[in-house]
Amino acid sequence: MSTVTLQLAEVAQARSGDKGDIANVALFAPSDLLYAAFRREVTAERVRRHFGRFVKGTVDCYEVPLVRALNFVLHEALDGGASRSLRSDPLGKSYGSLLLRMTIEVDDGELAGVVHRRI
Amino acid sequence: MASIRIGAGQGFYGDTPDGAVEVARNGGVSYICCDALAELTMAILVKDRLRDPQLGYARDLPDFARQLLPIARDQGIRIITNAGGINPQGGVAAVAAVATELGMHDLRIAVVEGDDLTTRMTALREAGEDFRHLDTGADIGGIVGRLVFAVAYLGITPLLTALREDADIVITGRVADASLFAAPLIHELGWELDDWDRLAAGVVIGHLMECSGQATGGNFSGDWANVAELDRVGYPVAEVFDDGTAHLSKPPGTGGRVAVDTVKEQLLYEVLDPRAYANPDVVADFTTVSLDDVAPDVVRISGARGTTRPDRLKVIAGYLDGWAGTATIGYSWPQALAKAERSAELIQAMAARAGLQPLEQVVEYIGVNSVHGDAAPVGADVNEVVLRVCSRFATEADARRFSRVATPLALNGPPFIGGGMLPQSPRALLGVWPTLVDRGSVEPHVQVTVRTAREISGATR
Repeated sequence: MSTVTLQLAEVAQARSGDKGDIANVALFAPSDLLYAAFRREVTAERVRRHFGRFVKGTVDCYEVPLVRALNFVLHEALDGGASRSLRSDPLGKSYGSLLLRMTIEVDDGELAGVVHRRI
Repeated sequence: MASIRIGAGQGFYGDTPDGAVEVARNGGVSYICCDALAELTMAILVKDRLRDPQLGYARDLPDFARQLLPIARDQGIRIITNAGGINPQGGVAAVAAVATELGMHDLRIAVVEGDDLTTRMTALREAGEDFRHLDTGADIGGIVGRLVFAVAYLGITPLLTALREDADIVITGRVADASLFAAPLIHELGWELDDWDRLAAGVVIGHLMECSGQATGGNFSGDWANVAELDRVGYPVAEVFDDGTAHLSKPPGTGGRVAVDTVKEQLLYEVLDPRAYANPDVVADFTTVSLDDVAPDVVRISGARGTTRPDRLKVIAGYLDGWAGTATIGYSWPQALAKAERSAELIQAMAARAGLQPLEQVVEYIGVNSVHGDAAPVGADVNEVVLRVCSRFATEADARRFSRVATPLALNGPPFIGGGMLPQSPRALLGVWPTLVDRGSVEPHVQVTVRTAREISGATR
């Protein structure tokens, strides 16, 4: 067993959306083993740090195991909300791919049966 | 088992009617439901109405009507849309005019009103509604003088009234997106209004369909490059069974993809706590939903659970929050980023000299870090970059002046500019204020009126 550094974009799906000044980012794992790894590695606190200055509030994480998803809810994360944002991505449409930039450590056994996308 | 087929016709204000036309022609549906209203859309429509009191509905509504109504008449399809926006009666007048042009004088047009609380906010506050911010808990007092609209999210009840009164097309304001799709299920399948699991199933199905092509292959983050023919993506069609399960698909021969991997991304789109998705008619638990591939481009949806509807309705309000002025200028290799950074400094100096003091400001380098911020690594000498400086001011005049402040850099700044220099018009900024209101403050004011195109056109003449 050896440890592998994995960028989420290599294996995961994600989609982000807006509700006022709140953004959600759903992260989907391709297998049960990687879902367990995501739950361990991709914590709400890590997501908050990863998004840096974009997120002024807290980050919550909800589990949706039937679709192997973690749903991150980012408060005060859209520059006040789309209709008053000064940013060029006022809706946070790119937050899904921003999360997919994150790298995590997994055991190579946790990659069993998963198709790796080359980035 | 009894079932009903419904289709999606619109996912946002500005969507193409082509998807709806394809669903109407080849989807085998009895209803087409159109969601035109995002939070941002309400702000856009309010700005329209401030300019012209006749406006405030989604301006593409007449075009959708022109293309859909003849097919709907021939195939017996009923249409439900919230494209009435902030002015449903304006939308009704526009659709009645189209129906008259088409010779469809007997078209029965329903309008749902009563969601608009804009002129009632003061009275409602005096009656005890505190309208605290739903997320931050802040008091509304700081912005109440700057409110330009406030609308409550209505549910299925007025839609059911309209359908019982044989409306061919139902035009609403701020009805919850998913409710537009849930209403025909409840109407046709006779579900009870306290059958929480079935109502939750309706909300889940509606939620999956309300963003049109985003459930059928659009914005797919998986192997997107292999999704065929997104230029003519098929919009969602659902066959919904009496037990609340459904088969989600798209019209035959269209582009896109319906599979668990595409549909699950939409399941959680714009969802906060997935255990408690609050709709006006039910609180749905999205964590109990199963998605299964059952055939090519067919996904089975099952397992939705629901609990008692919320006591209070969501309200979305918008308030004036200044003006944005945007200055942009592009630079080419070499040292494109360094040149853009220098220009950002020059713009600050020129703005200050002109007496412009932004209330806040965002500096972005498009092509480098505008969307991913500090998480985006800055690579080698980039080929090109566009500097974008967006500043907020109290007045439109200052925002306009700021948008022009970069113009002299065409001749006076760092070399090898590359586009992106046209001054942009100032943009009114609307703050969003999500809050709650008692049902009893809203529901007695909700009205459903069904009239024929002939009656409406005669009345407005």
